[in-house]
Amino acid sequence: MLTRQPRLRAVLGEATRVSVLLASIAGLSALLLVAGGYHVGAGLDALWYGSVGSWYAFTSATLVRAIPLMFTGLAVAVAFRAGVFNIGAEGQLLAGAAAATAIALVVPRVGGPALLVVGLALLAAAVAGAVWAAIAAVLRARFGVLEVISTIMLNFVALYGVSYLVRGPLQEPTRVYPQSPTILDTLHLPRIAGAGRLHVGLLLGMALAVIGGWIFRHTAAGFRLIAVGENPSAAASAGGIDVVRTTTRAFMASGALAGLAGGVEVLGVTFALYDNISPGYGYTAIAVALLAGLDPWRVMLTAVLFGGLEAGAGAMQRDAGVPSSLVSVIEALLILTIVAAQARRLRKVHAPDVTFLDVRDR
Amino acid sequence: MSDVVASFLAATIRTAVPLALAAFGELIVERAGVINIGLEGAILAGAFGALVGASTGSVGIGFAAAICAGLLMAAVFALCVIGLRTDQIIAGTALTLLSVGATGTLYRTMFGSSGAALGIPTSALLAIPGLSSIPVIGAALFAQPPITYVAYLVAPILAWWFSRTHAGLALRAVGERPEAAEAAGIAVDRARVLAILVGGALGGLAGGTLVLAQAGTFVEGMSAGRGFIAIAIVVLGRWTPLGVAGGALLFGAASALQFAFQAMGWNAPYQLFLVAPYLLTLAALAGAVGRARAPGALGKALERRQ
Amino acid sequence: MIARRTHEAAPARRTPADETPALALENITKRYGAVDALASVSLRVRRGTVHALLGENGAGKSTLMRIAYGLVRADSGTIAVHGAPAHIARARDAIAHGIGMVHQHFTLVPVMSVAENVALGGRGMLGAARVAERIRELAVRTGFALDPAATVSSLPIGAQQRVEIAKALIRDARILILDEPTAVLAPAETTELLRWLRAFADAGNAVVLITHKLREALSVADDVTVLRRGRTALTGRVDGVTRESLTLAMLGEGATVDQARDVREEATKVGARAASAERAVVYRAQGLTVVDGAGVVRIRDTSFTIHAGEIVGIAGIEGSGQRELLRVLAGRMDASSGVLVRPSRAGFIPEDRYHDAILLERDLAENVSLRGAGARTGTIDWRAQRAVTDRLMRVFDVRAADARAPMRTLSGGNQQKLVLARELQSDAAAGSHAIIAESPTRGLDVRATAAIHARLREAGAGGAAIILYSSDIDEVLLLATRVLVVHAGSVRDAPLDRDAIGRAMLGLA
Repeated sequence: MLTRQPRLRAVLGEATRVSVLLASIAGLSALLLVAGGYHVGAGLDALWYGSVGSWYAFTSATLVRAIPLMFTGLAVAVAFRAGVFNIGAEGQLLAGAAAATAIALVVPRVGGPALLVVGLALLAAAVAGAVWAAIAAVLRARFGVLEVISTIMLNFVALYGVSYLVRGPLQEPTRVYPQSPTILDTLHLPRIAGAGRLHVGLLLGMALAVIGGWIFRHTAAGFRLIAVGENPSAAASAGGIDVVRTTTRAFMASGALAGLAGGVEVLGVTFALYDNISPGYGYTAIAVALLAGLDPWRVMLTAVLFGGLEAGAGAMQRDAGVPSSLVSVIEALLILTIVAAQARRLRKVHAPDVTFLDVRDR
Repeated sequence: MSDVVASFLAATIRTAVPLALAAFGELIVERAGVINIGLEGAILAGAFGALVGASTGSVGIGFAAAICAGLLMAAVFALCVIGLRTDQIIAGTALTLLSVGATGTLYRTMFGSSGAALGIPTSALLAIPGLSSIPVIGAALFAQPPITYVAYLVAPILAWWFSRTHAGLALRAVGERPEAAEAAGIAVDRARVLAILVGGALGGLAGGTLVLAQAGTFVEGMSAGRGFIAIAIVVLGRWTPLGVAGGALLFGAASALQFAFQAMGWNAPYQLFLVAPYLLTLAALAGAVGRARAPGALGKALERRQ
Repeated sequence: MIARRTHEAAPARRTPADETPALALENITKRYGAVDALASVSLRVRRGTVHALLGENGAGKSTLMRIAYGLVRADSGTIAVHGAPAHIARARDAIAHGIGMVHQHFTLVPVMSVAENVALGGRGMLGAARVAERIRELAVRTGFALDPAATVSSLPIGAQQRVEIAKALIRDARILILDEPTAVLAPAETTELLRWLRAFADAGNAVVLITHKLREALSVADDVTVLRRGRTALTGRVDGVTRESLTLAMLGEGATVDQARDVREEATKVGARAASAERAVVYRAQGLTVVDGAGVVRIRDTSFTIHAGEIVGIAGIEGSGQRELLRVLAGRMDASSGVLVRPSRAGFIPEDRYHDAILLERDLAENVSLRGAGARTGTIDWRAQRAVTDRLMRVFDVRAADARAPMRTLSGGNQQKLVLARELQSDAAAGSHAIIAESPTRGLDVRATAAIHARLREAGAGGAAIILYSSDIDEVLLLATRVLVVHAGSVRDAPLDRDAIGRAMLGLA
């Protein structure tokens, strides 16, 4: 049985780490603003009210952006945990968005209840993401192709694929704008009452995060995935685990989650497919997952954190003239700091009791 | 017809040169046992550096600044993976993200958010007397910006250096069996840092080539995956300088096909041409891997036994 | 058997007491964290001598010599070469001082040629012809026949070792340090190497021979130094020590008779050897052929039977096929043709536990749960797993905080004990009918080694078939009730006799 004290200490430790993290993000932003010659006060002010300064900003900007980050963050966490470097969440998201759009536009012509169409569209998004990931998974399993490179190549292919679709088969009827027709109002994901543009995708993402964390902690399949990710040869030799099957499944599950991000985004936010439907959610997801220590439960938190950062960056660009690409710099520096700290920890023989990058509270 | 062939050849060389420069850089890094996914970031930084440098009015300063920008990215990468022993894949990915963010931010900060095209000088063509007047291929191969001739020279120099000098042998040993190199008195980490820096400089030079010898301007994200394609070319070229040169030419030819097709009036969605290099990379990797052997210690840090 | 200095070199031995040592390490101290790896250790190696450096694993032998060779930096202490103080910060410095080192795990680049390996570490231009010429000169001088163009990975182990020595000699090494050089050699090769070292020393050079085999030390060395837990336990002329005094120095005052017995080399058999015929058959191979992933035939058309309760020792020179044989018996690899009856559950203790047996960042309960993880479904009750782990830790004396401790925090010996505990698991449901142990005590200290040996014997007595491979024939002889020798893919029984096994390993009748 756990005594109360260690648990309290763990909670306090977590709170400390989150505070340190938030402070370092604020500090880093201030530093970069100074370096760029911007008005620091105005910049940080915009960052604040654009993200958490009001209920509207928090729900309609921060949380709305947190949803795709939650799905893609989960996708990256699942893959990285299995030792699969899936940098292709962006492409898988686009594949999912395209599939969901196609279903949402085509099926209503035949008819059927809205709920069924929405379900079908989301399913198609997940399948499309999984298939997109499966290409890289097969290349890895059969030909030993480094998935980092193959998934990035597939990101570009997906990008141009969407570009083709919105100027070709899925273009709106007037053939003027490079985008798909808008999907029917009845197929929009319901909004959460009293929370502005926030839609139920958040609840779906949280449910998947909870289930994902539970699978990692309590199931044989989750343990297999973790074992393979940490030491594939030991997993095969000592555990009798089929490594290729495990990594391939993890890769496809990762793709399905990222594809779902695209489907949810189309049905909940954009209601149409167009170029640049994702401002790089699939790449930000890497920071989301790493900062969460590849733990699905913590992904819920870090997704909101980065959702806020992106929302705030939008406000900075609008109101303080600070380029929003500054966020990429912050994300990159955070990733580097995290992996450096992790490498430092691994080099120590006696690891400290609790660290930010550990799943041990089962 | 010979016009089509000549312009096809010229386009092949034009596309291949930056890819080859970047791939030679990655080749050096990988032969030292390090995989630098951040090459994409170095190219992009080099492109931006070239813009900044060339806005002084000098192409030479533009190339110098491109190299410096590539070196800077490489230095950060070396600090992470050699100094702090972080995972090479993640550090490289983060570095690319850093470069995308930093060049985007700096570009808008320095040149305005409109991103108006800037008038910067570009590299003039240098026709080599005699060679450039060979029919069909002469103009395509030997009336090029000077950087092209630099690229021509790198492959044989590298091939010679790898096999005929002790330093080249040492670098290969560092990538194959760092423990063996260390025992032979070679400073493994220093060799790797140097390799990463040279690789970054070549990556920066590739970015500079995009701006100064081709586009004549900077566009956010203009590296467009060339760094990753270059890494694929290294695999395709089986980690040899001449193989890498061949791989770069193959990619150049694939990209140049669109000009040839256009010239011949062949019609297809333009996205198909844009996407061709990426599809080719996937196909090439699937075909090449397994037949070639990567350096033995690729991606692994030197662990000191205590 | 190795005759003790019966060869021609003996008369050349000098006792130059007044001469300055070729290599002198004075008061060397090295700390890792809170551990004293070396506490003010001194070592003086005289010219013209072979100096044996003895000690258990972890006693600090290798660390001391890695300091002498510049691979590890001492916290304090001085080094002098031929009387002159030497500042050795890197291997390059040591090489410049005429020191060469042959590591236990070879530092060769397998994909490169002999010439390239020998040239490694030089400066300037690399002329293949010149390097080849120097290797041929060396061959004339030393009697080492080496093909400069051969790829190292294609050479047998003994030849690879000669390449290592050639690397040192070509840089004019006068002081040669060899770390456990005989561990990988067959007995005949060992004799040859020791004879060569003797001659090398007699020519006015110096040799430091790191070993844990008393017989070798006593047969070839002039001087001997014993390290124990980072301190000098004994040093002096070999004439002044006995097997017993060395054993005691290695193990310390508290050593028990039992532990002393395990390091003794001429193993006297303990326990009755089970009469195998009447026991149940656990393994039966008929016309067994094994082809590895690269398509190389590793085991060719071989037949044997292994019974319950037998401890079968496997002997063979590296690359003879025993690695694949063990994996087929353990069910980690499949036979290519022939009949093989094998038990459904076999425990496997692979040679490289970091690579093949444990999850370093996971806790002990997770590492125990790894066994059978491939076939498990549904959820895992971690509380029950921790209880199982706690029990195994008690029974097998695994020293760790609790089942939640990360594997990384355990010592090598405790990690190995946990692996053994997992593979042996005594409860009927998970119990094994066979245990395949591949060099299970490599890198462990003498106490952990004794504990592992005892567990394997117990398991054999409990009715499991034990298959033990060790590169150390003495360890095989210590435990085995029967020995199978693998040579070039064929497997056959050998008598329980050191020389007979040695000959069989080389394929001699």
